Amino acid sequence: MNAQPRFFAPLARLLHWLMALMIIAMLFIGAGMAASVSERHEWLIHLHKPLGIAILALVIVRLVVRFATRQPPLPVDLPLWQVLAAKASHLVLYALMLVLPLLGWAMISAAGDPVMLSSSVQLPALVAANAPLFAVLRKAHGFLAYLLFLTVLLHLAAALFHGLIRRDGVLQSMTGTKD
Amino acid sequence: MVDHARPPLSPAGLVLRLAGIGAVVALVAGAFAYVNGTLDPQRLRPKTLVNALETNNGVHPGFRRNHAKGVCVAGYFESSAQARAYSSAEVFSAAKTPVIGRFALPSGNPYAPDSSVPIRSFAVQFSQANGQQWRTGMNSMPVFPVGTPEAFYAMLKAGASAPATGKPNPAGMPAFFAAHPETAAFLTWVKTAKPSASYATETYNGINAFYLVGADGKRQAVRWEVVPQSQDAVGDTAPAGADFLEKDLVQRLAAGPLRWQLNMTLANPGDPLDDASKTWTGEHKVLNAGTLVLQTSQPQAQGDCRDINFDPLILPSGIEASNDPLLAARSAAYASSYLRRAGEVSALHSAPQESKP
Repeated sequence: MNAQPRFFAPLARLLHWLMALMIIAMLFIGAGMAASVSERHEWLIHLHKPLGIAILALVIVRLVVRFATRQPPLPVDLPLWQVLAAKASHLVLYALMLVLPLLGWAMISAAGDPVMLSSSVQLPALVAANAPLFAVLRKAHGFLAYLLFLTVLLHLAAALFHGLIRRDGVLQSMTGTKD
Repeated sequence: MVDHARPPLSPAGLVLRLAGIGAVVALVAGAFAYVNGTLDPQRLRPKTLVNALETNNGVHPGFRRNHAKGVCVAGYFESSAQARAYSSAEVFSAAKTPVIGRFALPSGNPYAPDSSVPIRSFAVQFSQANGQQWRTGMNSMPVFPVGTPEAFYAMLKAGASAPATGKPNPAGMPAFFAAHPETAAFLTWVKTAKPSASYATETYNGINAFYLVGADGKRQAVRWEVVPQSQDAVGDTAPAGADFLEKDLVQRLAAGPLRWQLNMTLANPGDPLDDASKTWTGEHKVLNAGTLVLQTSQPQAQGDCRDINFDPLILPSGIEASNDPLLAARSAAYASSYLRRAGEVSALHSAPQESKP
């Protein structure tokens, strides 16, 4: 049997950091556009839609990479509750990365609006026009985006905890730095 | 994996590092709370505008928060050749494009008598065969009272009812108009405007400027309007009763289709493109872009227009927004209103459809 890897696969690390940037940008863009009536609202929405679809495409690639590569194990001395919290939070992160763009796409469809990624690139409707469904999907999109933001904060705090307090190599497994 | 050789942290070092982690998390959370408006309470948000509309008009579940009283119509648009050179939008190249529209009164009160305001509005959705849409919300006044969302909000506040009396402060609107000289063009128009007896006899103005974009990428700033064709002359006095507009429309449509000519007024150099409170004065080239033909109407509670958000920034390739700040504000506020009423559709069916005596 091969020795357990110390690092995530290079492609997995690349996807992680690229998507980290995209998702944090996306959360700020979403929160900003929902709270603005200025021209910002317009250009943020024009960023939000194509960026969301890019995240959806990347998370699918990322899930394939995740199942096709070996993950470095968590430290053996990590308390069980932290092991469970790590696994549960990763599951929530993956689920939300996948669900949020789909919800956004579906809610625009349910509103009966054309799903435009630019002035001429259009996606098909994911669901038929249905105003009450739109209301549910739109609220879920906002609520789950906040849940994603809180999970990202938790993930960030945990990563720094591993890197600065426990110094157990978990942060390095994703940064790829040897020390 | 675990580097047992690392020296343990001193208590001070541990506290310092924990504080550092806390600071990073707090910084990100704080930035987010600023961006979403929590730490920036003065910012005009979509919900601020819609809340102000609800304060002024009351909450009427299921209804639009503004232009609440209306009627759905349907028909088609027949393009002429004139706009084709200026815009690559399919609506101008296809012979016929189906439309769904909505006539309404500009108030958030769904029970306002039709004679209560001299303004009527007409919203249209053009559904192109290629799946793209063009939505526009037009009004019978030629200019908007104000040019910015901030001034619009101030206008709503000026017209708000005082909590003590339940009536708007009579000095509120005069004080607002005095403080906002940009309302002059609108006030001049409204002085002579009378509530029309029919939706069919009105000209409806897009008011905000947009760009027509040709296949060659050339941009031409325009304002558009629809002008009634061979409908009764303007000047009919409004009949008695509170709900005559919808009945008149149904009657006219039963006799035959109603037609409007879609005009595109091309901006001259120097015309304001970002200020809907200003008229474009002097000679202008006007394109006849085609004819809007309405054939049928439906009550709005179950009509096809009910679930359409007439967001003026839903535009097809070939039409682009100008930098008029009202456009983004309308788009943002309409989205907030739409979310509220979309969850209340069932309430619309139990709401009375006639004006309150």
